[in-house]
Amino acid sequence: MAEERRPKQCTVVLPTESMKAMAESIGVGQLQEESCAALSEEVSYRIKEIAQDALKFMHHGKRRKLTTSDIDHALKLKNVEPLYGFQSQEFIPFRFASGGGRELHFYEEKEVDLSDIINTPLPRVPLDVSLKAHWLSIEGVQPAIPENPPPAPKEQQKAESTEPLKVVKPGQEEEGSIQKGQGATSAEAKGKKEGLMRMKPRSTHELSVEQQLYYKEITEACVGSCEAKRAEALQSIATDPGLYQMLPRFSTFISEGVRVNVVQNNLALLIYLMRMVKALMDNPTLYLEKYLHELIPAVVTCIVSKQLCLRPDVDNHWALRDFAARLMAQSCKTFSTTTNNIQSRITKTFTKSWLDEKTQWTTRYGCIAGLSELGPDVIKTLILPRLTVEGARIKAVSEGPVVSNIDKIGADHVQSLLLKHCASVIAKTRPLPDNMEQYRADYGYLGPMLCSHVVKARAQAALQAQQVNRTTLTITQPRPTLTVSQSGIGGSGGSRSPSIIKVPSSLTLMSTRPGTPTQPSPPATKYIVMATSAGASSTQQVITLSSSSGSSVTSTVASATSTLQPLVKLESRGAGGLGGSRPLQKYIVVSLPTSASSSLESKSGMLPPSSSTSPISLEAGMKMDRSDSPGASTQSPH
Amino acid sequence: MAAVQDGQHNLEVEKDIKTEITNDGSGNINANSSSPGSTSSGGKSKSPAGSGEDQQTLLAVLQFLKRNKLTESVDILRREAGLSADADDSPVSESAGAGSGGVPNVGADGGDANSLLSRVSIATPVAPPATAPPKVVAASGGEDQPDVNVVLSAYSQQGDPVMYPLYYNGLKKFIESVLDCHRAELSQVFYPLFVHMYLELVYNNHENEAKQFFEKFSGDQECYYEEDLRILSSMSKKEHMKGNETMLDFRTSKFVLRISRDSYQLLKRHLQERQNNQIWNIIQEHLYIDIFDGMPRSKSQIDAMSGSLAGEGKRDANKAKVFYGLLKEPEIEVPLDDEDEEAENEEGKPKKKKPKKDSMGSKSKKQDPNAPQQTRIPLPELKDSDKLDKIMNMKEATKKIRLGPDNLPSICFYSFLNAYQGLTAVDFTDDSSLIAGGFADSTVRVWSVTPKKLRRVKSAADLSNIDKESDDVLERIMDEKTASESKILYGHSGPVYGISFSPDRNYLLSSSEDGTVRLWSLQTFTCLVGYKGHNYPVWDTQFSPYGYYFISGGHDRVARLWATDHYQPLRMFAGHLADITCTRFHPNANYVATGSADRTIRLWDVLTGNCVRILTGHKGPIHSLAFSPNGKFMASGATDSRVLLWDVGHGLMVGELKGHTDTIYALKFSRDGEILASGSMDNTVKLWDTLKAFDDVELDDFTAATGHIHLPENSQELLLGTYMTKSTPVIHLHFTRRNLLLAAGAYNP
Repeated sequence: MAEERRPKQCTVVLPTESMKAMAESIGVGQLQEESCAALSEEVSYRIKEIAQDALKFMHHGKRRKLTTSDIDHALKLKNVEPLYGFQSQEFIPFRFASGGGRELHFYEEKEVDLSDIINTPLPRVPLDVSLKAHWLSIEGVQPAIPENPPPAPKEQQKAESTEPLKVVKPGQEEEGSIQKGQGATSAEAKGKKEGLMRMKPRSTHELSVEQQLYYKEITEACVGSCEAKRAEALQSIATDPGLYQMLPRFSTFISEGVRVNVVQNNLALLIYLMRMVKALMDNPTLYLEKYLHELIPAVVTCIVSKQLCLRPDVDNHWALRDFAARLMAQSCKTFSTTTNNIQSRITKTFTKSWLDEKTQWTTRYGCIAGLSELGPDVIKTLILPRLTVEGARIKAVSEGPVVSNIDKIGADHVQSLLLKHCASVIAKTRPLPDNMEQYRADYGYLGPMLCSHVVKARAQAALQAQQVNRTTLTITQPRPTLTVSQSGIGGSGGSRSPSIIKVPSSLTLMSTRPGTPTQPSPPATKYIVMATSAGASSTQQVITLSSSSGSSVTSTVASATSTLQPLVKLESRGAGGLGGSRPLQKYIVVSLPTSASSSLESKSGMLPPSSSTSPISLEAGMKMDRSDSPGASTQSPH
Repeated sequence: MAAVQDGQHNLEVEKDIKTEITNDGSGNINANSSSPGSTSSGGKSKSPAGSGEDQQTLLAVLQFLKRNKLTESVDILRREAGLSADADDSPVSESAGAGSGGVPNVGADGGDANSLLSRVSIATPVAPPATAPPKVVAASGGEDQPDVNVVLSAYSQQGDPVMYPLYYNGLKKFIESVLDCHRAELSQVFYPLFVHMYLELVYNNHENEAKQFFEKFSGDQECYYEEDLRILSSMSKKEHMKGNETMLDFRTSKFVLRISRDSYQLLKRHLQERQNNQIWNIIQEHLYIDIFDGMPRSKSQIDAMSGSLAGEGKRDANKAKVFYGLLKEPEIEVPLDDEDEEAENEEGKPKKKKPKKDSMGSKSKKQDPNAPQQTRIPLPELKDSDKLDKIMNMKEATKKIRLGPDNLPSICFYSFLNAYQGLTAVDFTDDSSLIAGGFADSTVRVWSVTPKKLRRVKSAADLSNIDKESDDVLERIMDEKTASESKILYGHSGPVYGISFSPDRNYLLSSSEDGTVRLWSLQTFTCLVGYKGHNYPVWDTQFSPYGYYFISGGHDRVARLWATDHYQPLRMFAGHLADITCTRFHPNANYVATGSADRTIRLWDVLTGNCVRILTGHKGPIHSLAFSPNGKFMASGATDSRVLLWDVGHGLMVGELKGHTDTIYALKFSRDGEILASGSMDNTVKLWDTLKAFDDVELDDFTAATGHIHLPENSQELLLGTYMTKSTPVIHLHFTRRNLLLAAGAYNP
């Protein structure tokens, strides 16, 4: 509770404007400045006093959250009538509005139609309090049951793997410190007293009977024939907290499984095993780093192996390669460190075999897939320069004498793969216009096709950006944590109420990397979209916050600003038309409740200047950037 | 009331403890505090203060009493004052001290009028709720104004506000330049000096200077004073000082510092050389410097003890003898008809049992030399059912697991589901058959955790139809139709913060925000009595280990001792400077420990009503207390997330257990006192090796006499286990008779 520094607290006083606003709200106009100052100090002091008392109630209520009832009780303590009608919710959203040089934070109370309340059916009665007992510890050892937290948190697993001699058993983290002959559990203590050395963990290798059963069930379900059972098992692997003891076994199971099934060309089983890898990676409680040496070769095998199925011409082993490539990219992202250098090592491996002339089409496909999943940067530096060479090779297969059907299929797949991945990157990096001939000169055989793909990609991106604009206007979520202020110019005339934004709301959009709308890719960029509508001047504006972390030009700017700027930065790339046919639109808003002059500004708009009447007053320190290629796309989760 | 407790105790309660219901309580305190325990009058008469000032003081007290219509007290006071003009100040200071919250033996320090006055006037915020019936309290808001002014007027001395930072800086420079061994001790002066200088500035309307002063020097203060500094910083106007409790605490209670004679001389010489009267005045008026001979203490020693609202406890405060031994158990013929095996157990390992258990073997009937007299306070007579229970207890005890570092207890966790952050208090019965929870929605719920369901007694009409002669009459009076696993008790009008089962499992106490303590019958599941007296939230309550008495403490800073069949308290323990946050009975029921938000723990003698121990060292409000089963030690947990261990007999801190990361709400010793379990807001239960903790402490005569203890830094060695719960703060812990640990808390998804 005491994070803030003291000197600050000394000076925190409510602004005098608040006093004025409050006075006006109860019908006292013309409050003098001095009275306001005196009042504000007094009020600030009293509020602090009440907050201190309320904290007392919070402590005795054994809570970490201060609730409105605590405030009520504190008021009661001071012999002040409590505030009625403020029920504690998770939080009370304060709205912010300004206008006529005034700013207001207010608690929005909607008018409620009584008949509506009467007519709505009663909500479900909340569950009654009940008591449930479980074993937190049995003779000093915490059992791994769902009621208890995961027995070994990730940090502990990490500590175990990095310092294997210092064994820590669940529930006895201090055991390491009692090595001087103060063992924790009776049996061990007696045995350990002579030898101070702790040997490698024993807990990780011995499974209880239940765990053995569980392991058997899970592995059987994972590779069995029943899809429903498999889904359940995978779900269990992905979520259950207490699996770390079985992790070495799972890891071996997978790597052995891949080894055997690759030889036998059993595509289905390979897919199942890869799904297991995915589930393991999804489990937040597992510390996988220790087992990467087994998992990564297995995954890589599934990407680049020459043959993965019995009938390469019919079976869709391409999907497995794609899936495994995505897994690989994901593990690169999560596990790559400066010491293990997974990403660079993997990249090297892929490139090496890709550059090899004798590499088969299947492996070639895997290499390219693996590389391109690693992100636009890798595509730009490693794949784009080789497009010409690769194009020639594809041309040789598809236009030359038919060597074998398998080769032809392989070449086709490689071609579409290249087009898919490269187009999105080019769309973002290459300046307009898209000239067919220019493309042919740059990229060779694949050039023309690439050109049309890029055009398509750009169009789609633009379309999507537009869609986001349109849809967010209707989004009203009752969770505005950010508030937007707009000074309506004279919209409300001289009246006291400033133009209040009716539906300020913020929501978070998970979006894929800009420019690759069709293909889901791991890095989720967060967009905060704010929809506002000015009360008086019926303009509706959408602001998108983009902090895209791609490799595009815009991104660098965006990230630079976000580090410089502690404020919230909102930026929207409006619908860019094809070939610049449509005007770019961008709104940038910085709005913070404390800032003195937060304002919303619209600059160049689809909206005709006449209707959008917002004045231009930019907050200092706000950055604007205009995307050169209007390919920014966002996906609304709705 | 008829149902409250068997009406048959012709206990000498009335005789012994003069709780005249006609008297309004303040007389009660007067009577108590003039008991031989206090030693103040001697030092008093030597005081140079003029008799005119004494007279003034007396008048002020009389005025106050009159205003509150405490005519009886006025009479007593008059009589005593007239009776012996010489000693007239001693009863005054006594009554003021006791009635107002002053330390009972404040008398030892100087008798200058200001400090006396100030002590008188603390009575104002505290005394009205404490001593007077509710109707007076209601009006107290307006009445305490003049007295506050009296308090504040001490600040009115005018100094040049510009000089304050210079003075402070000068002293700071001086202290920084003295020898290392003195520096730590003298640095203690900084905080109280800072506070009082700031308050003086504020009082004299030098708002800006005060702010500057605060900003300049607040960073220098010890981090554990942060809470108080924050309150202080919000006070920037003279008007704020009125009615601010923290301010009053600073003003009215002298900040106690322990400084060695050498260091003190050094300071004194410096201040006199510099003619630094401003600081000297403050030290004289607002600080109490407890001078001792010997080595100056080290920084860590000082830090261990400081942190409370009013400095350390004075050494004198902890000198009184505390009978911490256990009472002899009454002899009960144990029917050894069951199995021989059990009998063998009892004979076979007699040394294993605590002295308490020894009493059942006829050989060891020695009285513990540290135990109080059996009849020191009257205890309720044992009923047949109590005896049965005791026998059960002993039988269970023989099956008890011996705990130790090699043999950790199993922990059974009771999670309250769907409590919606509303669980505020939990208690188990001693035999672990029932569990009760207090909730923020004002309800109290009782669960049976055994297959035996909770049943109500039949209604009066049905009861009359029962054959009273039959053997199973106790079974027949129960209404089978009402059998259920849990019962809800409605009656409070505010969150229930404290809850306690009676040892015989027939009653349940609950204390609430609404200012009442309620006694519930677990036979009828109805409320029997509402004890009114606290007018503010009652934070905690607990039954005495022998039943009948109970203690409660709350926001009004007064702990009250009640008997279930009296609607007014038998004792009021006043002295804490802030809310009393938790209350615990000593296992021998002769003492009561209270923990407070002023960051001190006090131990009170139930017989005399005196405060016999003031334990400082916590840096935050204390939220849990536990006595070791042998009564010798005490553990306390606070918001500073530390557990401190205390030797009750010597009044010394003997251990510090670090490891938790949040407020500790639950503490419990195992049945043999070998293990201490602590439960915290940080969702963990931790087990500590207390045997080792108490063994490690070497108590020679010197440390015992001076209280300067070196705490071993061994928390990590003492920690035996940490058990995380799944987002469930641990708010209660209980060892069953067989040493199984039960824990409880509400699951907060």
